[in-house]
Amino acid sequence: MARITLDNLAHSYSPSPKAEADWALKPMSLTWRDGGAYALLGSSGCGKTTLLNIISGLLRPSRGRVLFGDRDVTDLPTAGRNIAQVFQFPVVYDTMTVRQNLAFPLKNRDLPAAQIAARVEAVARMIGMEDTLDRRARGLTADAKQKISLGRGMVRQDVNAILFDEPLTVIDPQMKWELRTQLKALHREFGHTMIYVTHDQTEALTFADEVVVMSEGRVVQAGTPQSLFDAPAHTFVGYFIGSPGMNLLDAEVQGTTARVAGTTIPLGRAYQAPRGRVQIGIRPDAVRPSAEGLPFRLIRAEDVGHHRILRGEVAGAPFNLVVPEDQPIPATFDRVALDPTRIGVFVDDWRIEPLERAA
Amino acid sequence: MDKPVNNRAWFLVLPVLVLVAFSAVIPLMTVVNYSVQDTFGNNQFFWNGLGWFQEVLESDRIHAALGRQLLFSAIILAIEIPLGIFIALNMPKRGFWASLVLVLMALPLLIPWNVVGTIWQVFGRVDIGLLGHTLAALGIDYNYVNDPFDAWATIIVMDVWHWTSLVALLCYAGLQSIPDAYYQAARIDQASRWGVFRFIELPKMQGVLLIAVLLRFMDSFMIYTEPFVVTGGGPGNATTFLSIDLVKMAIGQFDLGPAAAFSLIYFLVILLISWVFYTVMTAQKDTP
Amino acid sequence: MTLELRGVTKEVGGQVWIHPADLTLAPGSMNVLLGPTLSGKTTLMRLMAGLDQPSAGRIFWHGQDVTGQRVQDRGVAMVYQQFINYPSMTVYDNIASPLRLQRVARAEIDARVRQTAEMMRLTPMLNRRPLELSGGQQQRTALARALVKGAGLVLLDEPLANLDYKLREELRAEIPRIFEASGAIFVYATTEPEEALLLGGNTATLWEGRVTQFGPTPQVYRAPRDAVTARVFSDPPMNFKRIEVRGGEALLDAARWPVDVPDGRYTAGFRAPHLTLEQSPRAVPLSARVAATEITGAESYLHLLHGEDRWVGLVPGVRKLPTDAPLTIWLDPAHVYLFDEGGRLARTAPYAQAA
Repeated sequence: MARITLDNLAHSYSPSPKAEADWALKPMSLTWRDGGAYALLGSSGCGKTTLLNIISGLLRPSRGRVLFGDRDVTDLPTAGRNIAQVFQFPVVYDTMTVRQNLAFPLKNRDLPAAQIAARVEAVARMIGMEDTLDRRARGLTADAKQKISLGRGMVRQDVNAILFDEPLTVIDPQMKWELRTQLKALHREFGHTMIYVTHDQTEALTFADEVVVMSEGRVVQAGTPQSLFDAPAHTFVGYFIGSPGMNLLDAEVQGTTARVAGTTIPLGRAYQAPRGRVQIGIRPDAVRPSAEGLPFRLIRAEDVGHHRILRGEVAGAPFNLVVPEDQPIPATFDRVALDPTRIGVFVDDWRIEPLERAA
Repeated sequence: MDKPVNNRAWFLVLPVLVLVAFSAVIPLMTVVNYSVQDTFGNNQFFWNGLGWFQEVLESDRIHAALGRQLLFSAIILAIEIPLGIFIALNMPKRGFWASLVLVLMALPLLIPWNVVGTIWQVFGRVDIGLLGHTLAALGIDYNYVNDPFDAWATIIVMDVWHWTSLVALLCYAGLQSIPDAYYQAARIDQASRWGVFRFIELPKMQGVLLIAVLLRFMDSFMIYTEPFVVTGGGPGNATTFLSIDLVKMAIGQFDLGPAAAFSLIYFLVILLISWVFYTVMTAQKDTP
Repeated sequence: MTLELRGVTKEVGGQVWIHPADLTLAPGSMNVLLGPTLSGKTTLMRLMAGLDQPSAGRIFWHGQDVTGQRVQDRGVAMVYQQFINYPSMTVYDNIASPLRLQRVARAEIDARVRQTAEMMRLTPMLNRRPLELSGGQQQRTALARALVKGAGLVLLDEPLANLDYKLREELRAEIPRIFEASGAIFVYATTEPEEALLLGGNTATLWEGRVTQFGPTPQVYRAPRDAVTARVFSDPPMNFKRIEVRGGEALLDAARWPVDVPDGRYTAGFRAPHLTLEQSPRAVPLSARVAATEITGAESYLHLLHGEDRWVGLVPGVRKLPTDAPLTIWLDPAHVYLFDEGGRLARTAPYAQAA
């Protein structure tokens, strides 16, 4: 196990990158603590898979270094990095039994048979497959095969890190809950450093201690799920995290108030008069139907079970509200009230900090 | 509308059925007809029952031909299948070279059988053939006309040259369908090259290998044109395989009755061995 | 235009793929087929489309028996999980292709293609080829091709499954709008309860080839007819507990509350958001152990162990609870469904009745 450091890393698939767009991965530095659970979150083409391939050694970065602990592994091939990886689609050795599949990485490293057997038993118990150990892997369901892949990732105790590349893609929603819980338990029990790549915010947030949000080859924000939700550093994070994403409205900010669509609303904190494109952002669950506040036009209400989503517009911009199941919605309303403490201010898409806490 | 209206679709199959009837069933029935009768010309036929079948099954000459045939097919499979797999494994996976190699590999398959025979017949001649002449110059006593071993070697090398690409191309298609993740996973699991082959490539190739084995078996078991062109079945009877023997019997000696019985037995043997291959190879696949 | 399935059954090689199904899809309705992989969603859709013939039962379109009629004559459109477009044609030609097959006049084709493209927000991409587009745009092209035909029945088989989460969310919000504009019957297969809820309309829940319930989506969600439907239509999965009713009172741990069902053994079912950490006036306490907690930013999932049973709770805020620690959680009996020993609903959750 090891701390992972990405030191001034950048990558381009073109041999002589010129424009900024030539860089699949723009320069970044990150340090991941030993035994932590991390997620790389972003939409397809954001560079998260490129980054994963650099960490696993499939790709050599154009610039920068990758360190496992204090050791520079930038030029080390995959086999030399002592990592495990779980892929998007289950990779199992069809002709082997479940037991042989789980034992394979250990056998190749010439561990004593007794040790292998004990380890395989332990992992089989963790993934709930101790009864199917002697079945041939071919013919098992996708769920079961993916569990084997997870198990093979876990079976070595000495790995530096376990990488997950959208491992729950082919899994039914019901089974996702079970596998996610198992992953959590495995992480707690074995304490491996885990890196989880996904486009699914729920998977990323529920899995990781720290989520790295990527967009267009850049790390936009790295932080705890809570900080990404409460204080997104960039409008992209606001939009990407949360469902529906953060509401964004063009505004004029002055001191402790913002002026939106001809209405002045309080901000709760004071801001220095910003320059550039100014927007305020607020989560849909921090807004409620009201008799006063911003003018709102309701387009559609969706009952999503334990809450309802009210989709509409404020001053022509899309604006959503989330109302809990047990809270009544007025029959008609044309204004919405925003919780001042949860409004963020963004200038040219980046969040700015208030001057100081308003009294 | 109680019945599905698309029953009419069966009419579309009719032309094919007629074609198959004329091309396969009717000749086959003719063969069956000949196999149970005797004739002395003048279109006069006498009922002979299973007499020809008995004669064929007890004939030493046919036993010898069958033995040669089995040996030939076994050698062909033993060389072409592993060699084909080996070539497929070493073919470039993508890019310009991949296309080039594919075209080169496909070339022998495009040459008609009798031309292949002629090419090798000339190629192997000691006086004017490049191969024969070179071997002779190197002091190797090579003569496929007189030496049974040399004749066999020539026909086998010729068949390998002609058909290994088929096996290789089929295997290549099988290999191409393996997602990269499998190789990555194997590298991470530190599987040896042999492990990758044994646990990833071979299982994924199983389907196409079955086709390759069946095709190569049936084809080699029925080989006629090439040895006929190169050695004419000789020296002696050294390369007289079943089909050559059959033709000798039917056309050379005009023994239509025994030849017909022979072809039916021949047909059944191929069917039987193909069935055995198929069952063995799919049974292995289906066991849980 | 109504699509009606009467006792439609599908058997393949002696195995029942679809148990007798009766469904009536109203004109211009959105119908979701919700169930896990291999529950029969695709099979049912293929029967609706006429791609497969039912083993028994009849299919009526417009009151007319169309069982056995060719797909080509049915006027259906289908969109698959994979983005299926003609790669060598532009988006414009892709969308126009079904109309050209129908030999529609050139001017009308142009008008309809542009109109559909506008609705699908594809107008700027009309001259590009599908492979130059993002996954979402490719799937929108496939959707446009299905819609432009003006087919009376549009079948969507997990159309968003291969898209990124965020794109999925956006298209999901758009589909009801597109559907309303088209006036066709939509049938939409999905494995995700949340997607069914977002799409609204009607939902048919499927389990092992059986349609377990069909009705307005919120109603199926809040008043499931049996435990199987409740399980299929809950994400996180519904929590279950075997309990006893004695003397008109349900007994669970030390808690008891009055219920109007005969005495006997029942299974209590309740959903994750209805477990709370704070005591509320009517709630009863339950003791469990924490197996894991997951934080989604605004809320936390609690994975709990209650004896042999695994439960999931969803509570607001960020809660990090020590693993393996005992925990008291609260459950308002108003949120509890009771299922009898056969799994049928014996008593609906009172809150759902009020809603």
